Amino acid sequence: MGDVFSVILTSAALLFYVAGTVGLIRFPDTHSRLHALTKADNLGLGLLILGLMAQADGWVTLGKLLLTWVLALIAAGAAAQLVARTALGDRR
Amino acid sequence: MSGWFMFLATVLLLSLAGALWRVWSGPSQADRMMAAQLVGTGGVGVVLLLAAAGDWAMIDVAVVLALLAAFAAVAFVKAQTPQGAGDPEDDADG
Amino acid sequence: MTLAFDLVLCAMIVGAAICAAVAGTIFAAAVFFIVYGIFVSLAWLRLDAFDVALAEAAMGAGLTGILLLRALGRMPASEDRPGPALAPALAGAGLALALGWAFLALPESAGLGPVVRNAAPGAGAENPVTAVLLAFRAWDTLLETIVLLAALLGVWALSRDEAWGLPPGLPQRVRPDGVLAGFGRILPPIGAVVGVYLVWAGTSRPGGAFQGGTVLAAVALLVSMAGLAQAPRVTSGALRLVLVAGPLVFLGMAFIGAVLSLWQPGAAFLALPEAHAKSLILGIELMLTLSIAVTLAALVAGPPEDRA
Repeated sequence: MGDVFSVILTSAALLFYVAGTVGLIRFPDTHSRLHALTKADNLGLGLLILGLMAQADGWVTLGKLLLTWVLALIAAGAAAQLVARTALGDRR
Repeated sequence: MSGWFMFLATVLLLSLAGALWRVWSGPSQADRMMAAQLVGTGGVGVVLLLAAAGDWAMIDVAVVLALLAAFAAVAFVKAQTPQGAGDPEDDADG
Repeated sequence: MTLAFDLVLCAMIVGAAICAAVAGTIFAAAVFFIVYGIFVSLAWLRLDAFDVALAEAAMGAGLTGILLLRALGRMPASEDRPGPALAPALAGAGLALALGWAFLALPESAGLGPVVRNAAPGAGAENPVTAVLLAFRAWDTLLETIVLLAALLGVWALSRDEAWGLPPGLPQRVRPDGVLAGFGRILPPIGAVVGVYLVWAGTSRPGGAFQGGTVLAAVALLVSMAGLAQAPRVTSGALRLVLVAGPLVFLGMAFIGAVLSLWQPGAAFLALPEAHAKSLILGIELMLTLSIAVTLAALVAGPPEDRA
């Protein structure tokens, strides 16, 4: 049961990761590429972590998985906002 | 199960080649920085998959990578402001 | 499947390295180098060297990126087009070939792994890497911490006379309610916990003073970049005490061993008494962490400057 859950969620995660990369390559300008990166990429990592939680070997691992996700969300949010502002300056 | 995770890790790693291409072709510095950010998040994913496939002790590396994921981007945006000491959100520096 | 993964990883590492060497702008080269660090960290994981992977992740993602990008921001734009770096590339390729030849010429051996694993329990640390660093090879580690200190003296020597006595780097200006300030407030508490955890875990699992210290240094730099706290002046006595505390405690322990050896067989310079080895190693690690964190942060922050 846990394994089926893991396979489904990690497959979905891979889909979002690949979508993020494709967006990063295909989107026409800096700000839409930023959109592809932060939306798809962190949904990818989130689903991956959710899927791997079923495989965790204990509470400590579970906690570290959650911590990784929270840290990645904070990092992606802050980095996206700051890089977007800097890119705005580039165009001016 | 660990075979499946290694397969996912391999495909995920391969997809990061796209990010490498974006670092190469730019065109703006922000584009290159973003692509590095994608490799960082992808790297966290690969570490977690390796940990699930092999040894959960590897997970500390994922925590450290996620913790420091935005530090390069912060240093980058700081470096774009006058003398590297301002804030891109500050209109005087933007 | 693992073979496919390793092949892809090798291709990514070599690809990122070549791109960093031949990239058209220095900025692109710096970004390729950051990316390269992430791939190398994955390679250390595949080689079962979790301690090295941790150090590479903390160093590459945290400090090296900040150092390179800050240095680039200070360079005149005209210098952004390097010529082809043929000589360094040839030297690098030659070194790689020599190392490859040396590796293939090595006789088959089990290495030092089993020896270290057998001796580690008596040395006071269950993590064999910590045992090697702080017990079997303590002399090297002691000298390395002093080398770090010497590097900082070199950086500080670059300061101009008028700026000497100011804090390292320039005073940072940040929008008080902005994302940068918010990020700088949320992350440091978590980062401090992670850094201390790595030191604490280091005696029995992957981690240690260097990895923990690097994470703490990166966190300190974030606090400074977010303008939340001013670094202490380089002339501050407290700062200097923290810088030397780690090597000093380490050296002090070493000399206590030397004095003990006058009437105790088995005691020697740098040899920790077996009965207290574990608590002594933890104590030395904690002091070293503090000194390494502050030294690395000061190294990246650079010499004191004024806004001239």
